[in-house]
Parts: sequence; structure tokens; C-alpha cells
Amino acid sequence: MQLTSNRWARLRELTGRVLSMLDVPLLLIAGVLLALATLVMASATADFDYRFDAHLVNLVVAFAVMLLVAQIPPLRLMQLALPFYVLGVALLIGVELFGEVSKGAQRWLNIGFTRIQPSEMLKISVPLMLAWYFHRHESQLRVRDFLVAGVILAIPVVLIFHQPDLGTAVLVLAAGMFVIFFAGLSWKLIIPVLAAGLIAAGTLAIKGDALCADGVAWPGLKDYQRQRVCTLLDPTLDPRGSGFHIIQSSIAIGSGGVLGKGWKEGTQTHLEFVPERHTDFIFAVMAEEFGLLGCTVLLVLYSALIGRGLMIAAGAPLLFSRLLAGAISLSYFTYAFVNMGMVTGVLPVVGVPLPFVSYGGTALVTLCTGLGLLMSIQAHRRRRRER
Amino acid sequence: MTDLHSPETQTLRFRRRVLFAGALVLLAFTVLLSRFVWLQVVMHDYYRTRAEDNRIALLPVTPHRGLIIDRNGEVLARNYSAYTLEIQPSRVAGLEHTIDELSQLITIEGRDRKRFRKLMEESRNFDSLPIRTRLTDEEVARFIAQRYRFPGVEVRARLFRQYPDTELASHVLGYMGRINRRDAEHIEESGYADNYRGTDHIGKSGLEQFYEQELHGVTGFEQVEVTAAGRAVRVLARTPPQQGNNLRLTLDVGLQRVVEEAFGDRRGALVAIEPSTGGVLALVSKPTYDPNLFVDGIDSTNWDALNTSIDRPLLNRAISSAYPPGSTFKPFMALGALTAGKRTAGQTIADPGFFDFGGHRFRDDKKGGHGSVDMHKSIVVSCDTYYYRLASDWGIDGIANFMSQLGFGARSGIDINGESAGILPSPEWKKKRFKRPDQQKWYAGETVSVGIGQGYNSYTLLQLAQATATVANNGVMFRPHLVKYVVNSRTGAERMVEPEPIRTVDLKPEHLEIIRSAMVEVNKSGTGARAFAGAPYEAAGKTGTAQLFSLKGAEYKSAHVNERLRDHALFIAYAPSDKPTIALAVLVENGGFGAQAAAPIARQVFDYYLLGNKPAGPAPEDGDATDVE
Repeated sequence: MQLTSNRWARLRELTGRVLSMLDVPLLLIAGVLLALATLVMASATADFDYRFDAHLVNLVVAFAVMLLVAQIPPLRLMQLALPFYVLGVALLIGVELFGEVSKGAQRWLNIGFTRIQPSEMLKISVPLMLAWYFHRHESQLRVRDFLVAGVILAIPVVLIFHQPDLGTAVLVLAAGMFVIFFAGLSWKLIIPVLAAGLIAAGTLAIKGDALCADGVAWPGLKDYQRQRVCTLLDPTLDPRGSGFHIIQSSIAIGSGGVLGKGWKEGTQTHLEFVPERHTDFIFAVMAEEFGLLGCTVLLVLYSALIGRGLMIAAGAPLLFSRLLAGAISLSYFTYAFVNMGMVTGVLPVVGVPLPFVSYGGTALVTLCTGLGLLMSIQAHRRRRRER
Repeated sequence: MTDLHSPETQTLRFRRRVLFAGALVLLAFTVLLSRFVWLQVVMHDYYRTRAEDNRIALLPVTPHRGLIIDRNGEVLARNYSAYTLEIQPSRVAGLEHTIDELSQLITIEGRDRKRFRKLMEESRNFDSLPIRTRLTDEEVARFIAQRYRFPGVEVRARLFRQYPDTELASHVLGYMGRINRRDAEHIEESGYADNYRGTDHIGKSGLEQFYEQELHGVTGFEQVEVTAAGRAVRVLARTPPQQGNNLRLTLDVGLQRVVEEAFGDRRGALVAIEPSTGGVLALVSKPTYDPNLFVDGIDSTNWDALNTSIDRPLLNRAISSAYPPGSTFKPFMALGALTAGKRTAGQTIADPGFFDFGGHRFRDDKKGGHGSVDMHKSIVVSCDTYYYRLASDWGIDGIANFMSQLGFGARSGIDINGESAGILPSPEWKKKRFKRPDQQKWYAGETVSVGIGQGYNSYTLLQLAQATATVANNGVMFRPHLVKYVVNSRTGAERMVEPEPIRTVDLKPEHLEIIRSAMVEVNKSGTGARAFAGAPYEAAGKTGTAQLFSLKGAEYKSAHVNERLRDHALFIAYAPSDKPTIALAVLVENGGFGAQAAAPIARQVFDYYLLGNKPAGPAPEDGDATDVE
């Protein structure tokens, strides 16, 4: 009896310690997001119940991963940065050489018992690596360090872009750029790049017709990628392919109105007008069924999530933790902005899921790993102060 | 400079940047929000109207599936179009009631209902499922007049797969079935989802499964105007589908038919290969089944019958079952012994009728033995003692090494799924196969029975046929294949499935000649002589018997053993012996001696393939065949 109660006490202490690493605001925000997602998922998967069951399993797995990651102190994370990065890049090269082709892209690596998609792992290990690199050179950051960081970032991005997986390449690139930005890249460099981007977008918007004429090749982009940008400018160019997607998702969203048609009442999405409705286009389902109200709630939730993440970054004691937390928070922004922008026809169609909402176990685990990292950074800051 | 790097300024600068980033996020989200407002408030009326008359639907147009054609142009699998009565269960309130009402218009039998229920269990929720197929024109007319009473019920023209020869070659062709959830997930993972919109059948086994991507074709699309209820009224634009590719087989259906008839009601398998290419001429597994039963969903009665039958008709005995090769193993043993230098052809042994090893007596079939036996005689009279001793002298590692080069114990890579690897016994295999250390050890006594094709030896008929073909082809081994070329049905362009040499086994011509002449003698004066009496060509062969039931020391009397426990009859052969154009392995389950049941089938195969003679009926069983193997 003595022994059992002793064990019991130890178990309670352990559970307490594990749970103390969790950040309550983050957990609440993510919880509400995931609850909303589950609601939308139940509607979007109405004719594929096994997907819904799989979604529930994904939730449990992702939560466990988050709990686990939150236990790793930032100092330990720094030790893992380089090995993870090297492993990730090695796997990407493996994909390039021996990968399996699926949906016209070479993304998967068969490692005997299962297939893995190494590019997913880089979404975390690239910011980890860059944050660690800047942290090591904290005392004297020079221009050279930013150049090295650029190379560290470019290698995986080019490899992923070449698969081709534009969506993931954008996400990894953005995550790395955020670290470099927070590390203090000079405004003199940032402003011209931003300006160039704006000018490019502007040119496209004005001179799009000429650039999208048949046979015009864009340097560095595959034909289907060029087509996506062009379709965005004029969806009627390709009413059967991705233009059809944009037209149909716009109809679904627009017909939702302010209050929406009600849960499981979305006619456009359920009549199969909207493609990929449980993955990349799930936002259209939500917007049709919950209207502007639902969309606004979603935006507020994302803002709160990103805001909390940035607060954690601002309060972190180590440069490493700050950079990592800042980059992860802004990654959530990239996901959300690119996905919603794509579905509402503001951005070209790239394969980026709606964070915490789209169906897909791998993406959910990556997102929750990010949450775990933020929680670890926050918890260990608090701990240091207590001592 | 130092000032810039002080921790305070750094923290401050970092926080400024965080604020800047936060502001950018809010700005970007405001842009999105204004886009939402634009779509959902300003343009709401426009989009609501467009949604209400969202009449432009993109409908898939299913392509015609490619045909399967034998080497001489006979069609083995084709398509036909028929009207089906389909119900979308999710749109029907009282399903049983609706079916009852329907049955007053159209004949719906008990087995239609059963099949429908089975389909419902397997299908996706929104699928439209057939309750009746092959409606007559009159039935269609009767239903159309009453259609308004049945929301969620429709008549559709659909393409169905048809196998005109019903049960012939069913294990090669395989069958089609409706796409179930597992298939759907697989299609999605492989990235074919777009091409399978509108497809509801998929190859489930055999060539239909292996060449699914070739046969399926490219789905076309129709942009159609639909009414509010979802019925198409006008086609606006059309991207035509592309018919699937046709498969031209190496299989000779005439030969296949001869073999299946030669088996009669007996169970077993036969694989015949063209030695110079690896092309499979016939691949038979008996009993067969009718793949047409699966096409529009098999009903539970038929399904249970196929699954629970003691004869296991769905099992492909030619590639999925492994059997001990029995005495058909001996020519390969002899060839290996010559190649490895363990025996010369002239070396003789005195056969007392048994071989003693480690306190155990391994018996020969013939009491008193065969006297003085050299290699030639050992094959012709099938002397066990010779091979007991050879195996023991040679050792298991040498045997396993040689036999693996002939393809024993490894999947051949034939172009249908479900191949078994068989068992090539070796100490390594035993270590992997068993868990307990005392079971993992290889005993020298086990090597002895391997020598006569018993013991752990276990191979598929395909492996046996492949090894025979390799010997017939002087050691050049090809990957066995069923498809000769893939024909693009639009352009007629043919894509060869090149004969792929797997390896060349290093065999000496003089050694091959020793084996060949002994195997020819088997069919002249040995165990195959009765089956091949009067053949105008010279065939090399070897009979074999696979023991299922071991009677220790006691004499084997087939009449006293339960039919299902009787030995399997085996025969390997190739012909013509000097320039082989066909090599085969045949097994008759529980057929008794190889000479009795299996060799006569091989004779009919050769007579047909080499001379064009069609046999009158099932191959005779040679009841008086010698029981010495």
C-alpha cells in the first residue's frame, strides 16, 4: 500500500511537471481552432467518414507530439539544430535521387516500412538551424553571417522547389526569411526586395495578358506554375482546370453571405463544385457554411495565435529562442495568408494547407511541433526567473 | 559599433521588429478581410444567384477500357454497354420500400437485393449503385414513365467488362470489381484521383490489376448545363476521353484451352514458357472461376461458394502455391553436380536400395535398388539413392547456391501479382524462418532429403517451368511475362515488353547435353515412355511425385490413402529437344505418380503446340504407369 501511494504521488508529480510546460493561452487558442476545424471537417468529409475518423486520430497524435516537444528545453534544441538540418537535407537529396513520383512530383522517400516526405521536416529544422547559427555568432554579427545564412536557407529551398513542391518551398523560404529578418538584416536590403516584389506583382496585374500569351516561358518556373499565376489574373483562361477551382470557390464563399448557409448546408461544396474540399480548399466549405462571421472568427483566432507567439518571442531571454519563436509565429501567418488568399482568388493556387484546419496528419504534426517549441521557450523562460 | 551589439539595443531592436511584423500581419489580414467583405457582402447577391443557377457542372466521361488479346488475336476481355438501374442510397428515404415499389415495374430478384446490400457495405456514401444491370428497352421505357415517383433512382448507360470465354484463363486475366474504400485511398495517394472521377470499376487481380494504368485510359470531361435537380440538359464543351491501351499477350489461348480441358475436373497447375523469350504460352490453375461474376458486383451466394469451396478456385496454383518438386528436382541436381565438379557423368554407385546416414535409413522407391547407377541412369530410372548420396557429398550451401541461380526460391517477377517466393532450403533460410535456437540449426540429415526434391524444398510451378526453360535455353534466363506488347488503341503504336534476360547461368554445353540426353531417354524408355509413345518429335522430360503423406517404412498404396492426401503428380519437359520452343511444368494435385497423371497432359500440350493436333477430351490417366520414380 505504501509503495502504491508512493508511486501514485510520483506519477502525479511527473504529470504535473509535464503539464506545467504547456502555455495556457496558446493551448486555448489552438483548442478553439481545432474544435472549429473538426466541425468543418465533419461537414467536408460527409461522404468519406473514414477520413473523419482519421482526422480524430491525427488530432490525438499531434497533441502527443506537442506535449513531447514542449518538454525539450531550448538549450537541448540548440544541440539538435545542426544534426536535424543535415539529416533533412540528406533526405531531400535522397528524394532527388531515389524518390517516388506521385502526382507528377518527386516528394516521397520509401524507407522500407513507410513513405516519408522529408520536405515537411524542413519547415521546422530550417528555422531551428538558422536561429542556432545566429545565436552562435551573436556577439559579432557581420554581413558575412547573413550571406552564410542565405546559403543555409537556399539549399533546401532549391531542392524542394525542384521536386517540384512550390507550396512547401514557399513555406520553408518564408520561415527562413523571418529568422534572418529578426536577426537584424539591414533595412537597406529589405526595402529594395519588398519594393521589387511589389513592382513584379504590379507588372503582372497590368501587363498580365502579354506575359500569359501562349509560348511565353518564365525563367525558373515550370509551365504549370506559370499557368497558375496567369489563371489568377484571369480565371476564365482555364475554366476547366485551376481557373474552375477559383471560380467555384469564389461562388461558394460569396454565396455564403454574412451568416452562412448553416452547418452541412453548403450546396456548392457538397455538390462537388469545389475540389479538394477537405484539404486545401476547406476554407471554401467554412466560408459557405459559416459566412463572413465564421471567416472573421477564424482571422481573429489566427491573429491571437500569432500575437501570442510574438509575445513569447519578445519575452524570450536567448537570441536563439527569440528568433525561433518569432519565425514559427510568422510561419503560421504564411500558411493562413497564402491559403486563404489562394482560395479567395487573391494569390495563385499553391499547395498550402489552412493551418490546423485542413485534413492531413503530417501537416498537423508539423504545426503542433511548432506549438510545442513555442511552449518550451515560454516555459523555460518562466522557470529561469523562478530560480 | 559596440553600442549596436550591446544586449539592450539588440533586445530593443528585436522588439521593434516584432512590432513591425505584428503590424504587417494585421495589415495582411485586413486585406483578406476586405476581400471576404467584397465576396460575401458586396458581391453576395451576384454569387448567390450564380450558386442558385450554378448549372455548369463538370462531368467526367469514362474512357473505354483497353482490350486484352492473346498472341494470335483472340479477344479475351472486352467491354459492352448496358442500361443499369441505379440508386443513390443517400438520397432515398425508405430504401426497402423504394426497392419494393421498383420491383413492381422491373424484375428485381432476391440475389439482386443481396448484391446491392453487399455493394452498399463496400462503397462510398454518395455513390450511385446498380440494383439491376442489363435492363431491356421495355424495362427502361417503363421506368422512365414513372421516374418522377423515384427521386434518387436513375437509369444510366454504363460500360461493363466481359470475358467471352468465361472460365478460360481467369487466373491470368483476373477480374474487375467496384472501387472500394481501400482502392479509393490508394488511387488518391497515387495521384490518380482526377483520372478516376467517373470510374467505378478497377482491376482487382491478374492482368486487370497489374496493368490497370495501361488499361484504364484517360478520363474526358463534359461541361454540361444541369437543372436544379442535377439532371444534365445540354453539353457545352467536351474533352473526349482516351481509350485505354490494349494488351497483346504472349499467351496462346488455343493452348490454354487444350490444357484446361486436359485437366478435366482435376485440380492442379501448368506453366508453359517460350524458352528463348520468357513469354508465357499458357498459365493454368484449376479449378478456375468465371470472372464475369465479379463485374457488376458478386452476390453473396456466389461469393461464399467461391470462398468456402474446398477446391479453392480463387487460388492461383501456378504462382501462389508452392509444392515440393519431388523427382523433377533431380535433373537440376545432376546439372549442378556436373557444374560444381562434384560428379562426372561416368562415376557410378552401387545402389542397395537405401542410403544410411546418421543412423537413419533413407529408402529408395525400388526395393533392392537399381544396381550399378551412373548419372544418365540415375535420371532415367529416377534413382533416389544416387541423389541422397550426391546431396550429402555436395552439401546444402552448394546446392542452395546453384539452385538460386536457376531462380528457385525467388519471385520471378512475372507481370501479375500474388507470386509466392517458395522455399529454397539453406541454413540461412532456416535461421530466418524459425525462432527457437534448437529449430534454427541445420542438420546434415536434412540435406539428404533435399537431394530428391523433398524435405523443405517448395517451389511454384512457375519457378519449375522457368528453371526448365533456362536449362532448355542453355542457361540464359528470362523474366517470365504474359504481355508481349502494349498497343496504343488510338494510334496503333506498339510498345514492346522486351524480353528481359535476368542472367546467364554459367553452364557447360557438354554438361547440358548429358542432362538433355537423359531427359530424352526418360520419354523413350523411362517413366515418360508410355505417355510419349509414338510422338513424332523428341521431348525431354522428367516425372516427379510430391509426397504429402509420409508412411514411415510402410508401403504406399494409393487406393488406401484418402484422395486429398494422395501424392501430387509432377512433370517437367521441353520440346523439341534439340531446338526447344516450349518448356513446361505441370502438377496434378493428388494425382498420384507423375507418369500417371501429369505426363499425358504434357503430351497433349506438345501435340497441340508443335503439331496443331487438338485432343478429343481430357488427358487419359495411365493407370498402369510404372510406380518407380
